Amino acid sequence: MELFPMKACAIESRRRGQQLVGPIDLTLEGQGATVVIGPNGAGKTTFLQLLHGTARLSAGRIDWACSTEEARHHQAFVFQRPVMLRRTVLENLSYPLRLRGVSKAKAEERARDWASRVGLAQLVTRAATVLSGGEQQKLALARALICDPKLLFLDEPCAALDGRAMREIETILQEAKAAGTRLILSTHDLGQARRLADDVLFLLGGRLHEAAPAEAFFNGPETPQARAFLRGDIVE
Amino acid sequence: MVDIWSGITQAFWLVLTLDAELFEIAGRSLYVTLTALAIACLISLPLAALIAVKRFRARRLVIAVLNALMGLPPVVVGLIVYVILSRSGPLGVLGVLFTPAAMIIAQVIIIVPLITSIAHQSIRDLWQEYHDLLISLNVTQSQKIRTLLWDSRRALLTAALAGFGRGIGEVGAIMIVGGNIDHATRVLTTAIALETGKGEFALALALGFVLIGLAVAVNLAIHWLGQTEREGRW
Ligand SMILES: Nc1ncnc2c1ncn2[C@@H]1O[C@H](COP(=O)(O)OP(=O)(O)O)[C@@H](O)[C@H]1O
Ligand SMILES: [Mg+2]
Repeated sequence: MELFPMKACAIESRRRGQQLVGPIDLTLEGQGATVVIGPNGAGKTTFLQLLHGTARLSAGRIDWACSTEEARHHQAFVFQRPVMLRRTVLENLSYPLRLRGVSKAKAEERARDWASRVGLAQLVTRAATVLSGGEQQKLALARALICDPKLLFLDEPCAALDGRAMREIETILQEAKAAGTRLILSTHDLGQARRLADDVLFLLGGRLHEAAPAEAFFNGPETPQARAFLRGDIVE
Repeated sequence: MVDIWSGITQAFWLVLTLDAELFEIAGRSLYVTLTALAIACLISLPLAALIAVKRFRARRLVIAVLNALMGLPPVVVGLIVYVILSRSGPLGVLGVLFTPAAMIIAQVIIIVPLITSIAHQSIRDLWQEYHDLLISLNVTQSQKIRTLLWDSRRALLTAALAGFGRGIGEVGAIMIVGGNIDHATRVLTTAIALETGKGEFALALALGFVLIGLAVAVNLAIHWLGQTEREGRW
């Protein structure tokens, strides 16, 4: 089944009469990594959740190449602050599989496999809530990838992590990308955006100011706001 | 002081000699309260989960009623149950007044609001924690509730313990609907009230110590059940 191209048409998010995001028009093809950049409060989180379907569209529509339910079934989301089930690492990993009716034995086998892929093999019986921030984010990432999503959203996955944890996460992301998973991640870290992005969406004040291939964007941004953001100036 | 000391020795003696009447009364106490607790949990836990995760119109009303019921004096609950179960009452045909069944009904009414309220709070907190993940994973309503109940099981155990504590030590309601009938509806608390009234302080104290021992034993047993979980943190 094919999710892409995805067409978002004039999507908006409003809360209590306030325009948080949009209107945004966007078409996404099925390859590579799209990085959503923009300062804090630009609407990155809301935008990702609109696409994923966990935030309500106030206006506009999103069309996938398949039905919305099917598209949702093949997506996963990694949150800025990882949500840890009050269970062991192994049980956290097998949880999405168990929800989908995979047998306990099979689910645990795959959970162990993923635990070792992200370097958590020694910790499988540990309570997830006592892991370090980096370990928790790796666990959240593995838990998102365990159902083989075609599309993975990541909301500032490395916002609270140090260099080493960030490198480990990015390696896993590169592997996932190489394996054909479509990535959409937000970040306000330009270094990370340069390392991971094939395409860039520059968001400011809830508006999509620029959408361009990564190279074009980083070499010659079109809008003055994007230029200022790339220079490291404070943009609002 | 003399009374307390002789109460302790008498309690010790009663237990040591496996006093038949004591065991009957204590057994009935346990039977009534544990049965009420089991029924109450069956009502309370799903109800607590439901009002924690579902936004339905009567939700606020249900919470308000539960809170009001929690503050209701047991004696009043007993009185209401008495009126309902009495021969001329709406459920008089059941003929359960002055039987352990009536006592169980009264205790269920007394402990359901308590257990529901405590359980609701912890499930609601857990739901806030899990919300984004579970929504993203597109869980069904029943998967959601099962996950929340399972992952807050330690708090639910605490809620159940609170309910047990309230039930086993309760005297007003079961005195009214049970009648404190010898060999039929007499339990530890009503026996204590009776013996105290008769001036048999030592015996009343002995029964009191047995009651405390029972409550502690059940607490430990349930706690131990929870401890056998591999990771005893939650
Ligand atoms: N639930 C909400 N209710 C009201 N305002 C919100 C809500 N969530 C986010 N916002 C507002 O929407 C704007 C965009 O937020 P967000 O999408 O979190 O931005 P970012 O992720 O880029 O930092 C912010 O101004 C934020 O205050
Ligand atoms: Mg954000």
